[in-house]
Amino acid sequence: MRRARTWLPGLLLVAPSIVLIGVFVYGMLGWNFRVAMTDQHDAVSEGKFVGLQNFVDIWGQPRWHLSVNHAIVFTIVFVLGALLLGWLLAFLMEKGIRGEGTFRAIYLFPMAISFVATGIVWRWLMNSGTQERAVGLNRLFDWIGLPQWQWFRDPDWGMAAMALPAIWQMSGYVMALFLAGFRGVPEELREAARVDGCTEWGVYRHVVLPLLRPVTLSALIILGHISLKVFDLIVAVSGKQIITDVPAVFMWVAVFDSNDPAKGATIASYIVLSVAIFVIPYLIWSVRKERRS
Amino acid sequence: MTAVAGRRAAGFTWVRFGLLLLFVFVFLIPIYVLLVTSFKPLTEADPGQAWNLPQTWTTEAWRVAWEKLAPGLWNSVLLAVPGSLLSCALGSMNGYVLSKWRFPGADVLFTLFLFGMFIPYQGVMIPLVQLLVSIDELAGLQGVFYGGIPGLVLAHVVYGIPICTLIFRNYYVTIPDELIEASRVDGAGLLRAYWSVVLPVSGPAIAVVIIWQFTSLWNDFLFAVFLTGPQSWPTTVMLNNIAGAQATPYSQQMAAAILASVPTMLIYVLLGRFFMRGLMAGALKG
Repeated sequence: MRRARTWLPGLLLVAPSIVLIGVFVYGMLGWNFRVAMTDQHDAVSEGKFVGLQNFVDIWGQPRWHLSVNHAIVFTIVFVLGALLLGWLLAFLMEKGIRGEGTFRAIYLFPMAISFVATGIVWRWLMNSGTQERAVGLNRLFDWIGLPQWQWFRDPDWGMAAMALPAIWQMSGYVMALFLAGFRGVPEELREAARVDGCTEWGVYRHVVLPLLRPVTLSALIILGHISLKVFDLIVAVSGKQIITDVPAVFMWVAVFDSNDPAKGATIASYIVLSVAIFVIPYLIWSVRKERRS
Repeated sequence: MTAVAGRRAAGFTWVRFGLLLLFVFVFLIPIYVLLVTSFKPLTEADPGQAWNLPQTWTTEAWRVAWEKLAPGLWNSVLLAVPGSLLSCALGSMNGYVLSKWRFPGADVLFTLFLFGMFIPYQGVMIPLVQLLVSIDELAGLQGVFYGGIPGLVLAHVVYGIPICTLIFRNYYVTIPDELIEASRVDGAGLLRAYWSVVLPVSGPAIAVVIIWQFTSLWNDFLFAVFLTGPQSWPTTVMLNNIAGAQATPYSQQMAAAILASVPTMLIYVLLGRFFMRGLMAGALKG
C-alpha cells in the first residue's frame, strides 16, 4: 500500500498520454482494420462485415500489383543507396579531416527541408525532356556526353530514379549515425589489433565493422520504415500518376477520389503490417538490450 | 611510422578530402538550381539556359511566390508553434515519470509508446478523419477539428508523444537519482521534485524536442492533406498546389520552395547542434 503511494502519482501524470496513445494509436489501428473488413465501398453504405475479403480481392487489381512492385524497387534502391553513401561519407571522415564540421553540415542540411520542396527541385532535375527540350540533369548529361534518361517516367527503372531525391535527403543522416558509430570504437581495440599484426584493412574488417552492426540495424529500420510509407516525395515529384504509384498514394486516391473507405483501409492495413513485421521485433530487442545494460 | 607509410597516409588524406569535396558539389546541385532559377526572369525560361546564371537578376518570382504562399506560411506558424510547445510539455512529464518515478509495467508501457513512433500514419488516417468529424458534430462546430488547424495540432501532438517522451526520458536518465531522492527526503512530492530539480536542468532536452517537433510539423504533408481544408492549408500543401499547377513558371516554383524551407533551414543553421541530437534520439540511441 505504501509502495503504491510512491508510484501512483507518476502513473496519474502519465495517464493522459496513456489514454491518448491507447485511443489514437492502438484504438485507431484496430478501427482501421475493422473498416478494412467491411464492404463499405462508398460513403453511405453501412458496411457489412466481410472478413478478409478485401485483403484477398485487392490482389486482383493490376494497380495494386504495380504499386507494390514500385514500393519494393524504391525501398531496395533507397535503403541500399542511402546506407552505402552514408557509410562511405562517414568512412571518409572517420579519422578526422580538415573542415569536418562544414562537410557534415552540408551533407546533413537536406534533412531540414520538406520532401515537398525537395520533390519540386528534383522534378526539374529529373525532367524527362530530351534533346533541345532537355532541362535539368538531361541537359547537364548532354554537355558531358552521358546518355539522357526518362528518369521517373521510365516504366522499368522509374522508381529507382525516384529514390535519388530520397537518397540525397537521407544519406547525411545515415552518415551522422555511422560517424557516431565509428567514433564509438575504442582506439585501444584498434591498437590491439594492429599489435597483433592486423593490416589497417584487417582492423576495419575484424574490429570496426562488427562493432557497427547495431548502428547499421538502426539505420536499416529507420530507412525501411520511411521507405514503405513514402508519400510526400512521390506526390511532389509526379502527383498521382500511375507510373510512380505506391501503396500510400493508392490509398489516398482510394479515400478521396474513389470514396472507398474499405479499400483505403485495406491498403493502409497492408502498409502497417509491412512496417510492423520488422519494427516490433526491433523494438523488443532494443528495449531488452537497454534493460540488460 | 615509416616514411613511406607516412607519405601513403598523407596521400590517402588528400584522396579522402577530394572525394568529400566532390560529394559537396553533388549535394549542392539542387541548391544551385533552386537559387539560380528563382532569380530568373520569364524571358530566360528557355531550356538551353537551364543551368546558366540569370543574365538579369529579378526578384519578381519571389514576390509572386510570397503572395501565393503567405497564407500557408501563417497557417504553418499557427500550427507549428503551439504544436511543438504542447508536445514538449507532454513529453517532459512522461519522460520524467518513466525515468525517475517509475511504476510497475513502465518498461512495457514505454515499448508500447515507442511503437507509436514507427506506425505509418496511413494506418490511423481513416478513423482519425471520422473521429474529428464526430467531434465537430458533437460540439456543434464546423471545420474546426476536421478541416481546421486545431485538429491538425491535436493529431501532431498525439502522434508526437512517443518521440518527445523518448528524448526526455533518455535525457532525464542522466540526472543522478540522488538529486530526486534528496528532494523526496525533504518532503517534496512528484510535482515539487519536477519543478525544483528536473525542470531547471531540462534546457537542452527542451531545445531538442521543440526543434524536432517544429521541423516535423512544418514539413508534414500527409496529415495536412487528409485533415485540412483550403482555409487552413499549411505551407507544404500550398507549395504542392503552386508547383503542381502547370501554369506556374519554374522560377516561382523554386522561389516558393525556398520560402517554404526558410524557417527550418534557419533553425538548422542556428541550432544545428540540438537538431543533431534529435536525429540521434530518433535512432533509439540514448
